[in-house]
Amino acid sequence: MTSVADIMADADKPRRWGWWYVTELRLREMRGYVSYVVTSSFANPLMYLLALGIGLANLIPEGMDGVPFLVFVAPALLMSTILTIGAEEGMYPVLSGFKWHKIFFAIHATPVTPGQIVGGFLVHLTIRFTFTAGVFFGFLILFGAVPLASGWVMIPISILGAFSILTPLGAYAARLEDDTGQFALIQRLVVMPMFLFSGTFFPLSQVPDWLEWVGWVSPLWHATQLGRTFSYGAIEPMWLSATHLVVLVAYSAIGGYFMHRSFVARLTK
Amino acid sequence: MIRAENIAKKYGDFVAVDGISFEVQRGESFGLLGPNGAGKSTTMKMIAAVSTRTSGNLEVLGMDPNTDGPAIRSQLGVVPQEDNLDQELRVRENLITYGRFFGMSHAAVAKRADELLEFAQLTDRAKSKVEPLSGGMKRRLTIARSLMNDPQMLLLDEPTTGLDPQARHILWDRLFRLKEQGTTLVLTTHYMDEAEQLSDRIVVVDKGAIMAEGSPAQLIRQYSSKEVLEVRYGSDKNSTVAKSIADVGERQEILPDRILIYSDNGERDLAEITKRGHHPMTSLVRRSSLEDVFLRLTGRSLVE
Repeated sequence: MTSVADIMADADKPRRWGWWYVTELRLREMRGYVSYVVTSSFANPLMYLLALGIGLANLIPEGMDGVPFLVFVAPALLMSTILTIGAEEGMYPVLSGFKWHKIFFAIHATPVTPGQIVGGFLVHLTIRFTFTAGVFFGFLILFGAVPLASGWVMIPISILGAFSILTPLGAYAARLEDDTGQFALIQRLVVMPMFLFSGTFFPLSQVPDWLEWVGWVSPLWHATQLGRTFSYGAIEPMWLSATHLVVLVAYSAIGGYFMHRSFVARLTK
Repeated sequence: MIRAENIAKKYGDFVAVDGISFEVQRGESFGLLGPNGAGKSTTMKMIAAVSTRTSGNLEVLGMDPNTDGPAIRSQLGVVPQEDNLDQELRVRENLITYGRFFGMSHAAVAKRADELLEFAQLTDRAKSKVEPLSGGMKRRLTIARSLMNDPQMLLLDEPTTGLDPQARHILWDRLFRLKEQGTTLVLTTHYMDEAEQLSDRIVVVDKGAIMAEGSPAQLIRQYSSKEVLEVRYGSDKNSTVAKSIADVGERQEILPDRILIYSDNGERDLAEITKRGHHPMTSLVRRSSLEDVFLRLTGRSLVE
């Protein structure tokens, strides 16, 4: 048989590259459902833009926030699409790796550490989100919904937004023993309201005062507002834009920290 | 390869492993034998540097698993109790991606995967999905996967649980070959025949503690007799008959379904019992096994 010397090119390699091996694995796994990812990446924006951007926009000829309705709603559509996928990826795929497929345990039996597992998982998703957001952005250009060249900044913002919801959910999902309806509840009581009350289809100022807090805690609102600034140059105070960014980074960083802790706890139990 | 001193693992108030000590030498085949829930898997996880021990000293390949986990794991092959193959990948891909985790190059993993598919007799299933494989094939694939990094030591947690007899024998044959090649094997099992087949040395564990240690033959010699006579009188009568034959053999165990008589000559004892007018429904004279050792040590049988 091949000797250890042949195989172990470098004992330090997994220490440095473990995260990438995990990404490699996830990418290879994705081959199994790549047609789903591609189809939905193209179908989603098309449906949204036809229904909301064209259909609904005709009913609002005066536009919103000083721009045509399509232009107003476009950043929100992109953000909500990517954030929704982010929420999904933070739930079942995480629990599944521990409970059903147990793939995280298999990886952890090798030199790869829990932190590298989380890292590789997130890097793979960055690649996936970039693709889906990129296609979406292409459609926005095609429909003339993004008037400014600076609109591409919405792509990294959407990925940051996705992580700001994915990592806290991932931290939670990694500690679950079983899904007895928690995920469905999160979908209905967190993700759905976020979609409805985050200044998605109309400015947050139109929401009743007592519901406005939903927008403020919602990563979607922050991502959308930031996106609007870059897309059509929505006017808001500088401090507010900075707040959007800080909130998204804070959600992602704190969520990432706890997600890592959950993975360590579960894998070294 | 392993030196464990008084290692323990507690989950809150529950003590899974209660201060056990043992050593494993290079090239040795070492078995942890005990019933389900004895703490075998937890012990294995501590050795495999994936479960942090609560107390005690543990050295694996000269390093501490609590601090040098990745380095230790890079030298180990692990076959977990439950298959955790990647269902989304094909058979060969499972080996390739796993090898990558050890930092092996793409060329090296491809070569090694083909060698191991051959070894695991799965070459013709290389492109198959994992799910339709039989239990025995999945197990062989898991073993092949654990060998990707050419490990110094192979840890096998209940390697043949849930397999049919034929699949078990194929697997034992593969493991025996590894043993012949000098791979250090550490296995847990609650099957005495598996422990006898594969281990040079065994520790018997129960309720998180070590009950006895030695080679299978030593343990049998020390804790059991040469032969065992099993007689059955039907569940109602076993205990009544037992009273009137209590002086036969060296020792007896009265189980709900049969009486075990430990002696150096089972046939002679059977003749004696029959002479006294107690004709059993069925009788069997056999060699003592580790099952008898376990029964003697704990008063319970291994598979409950």
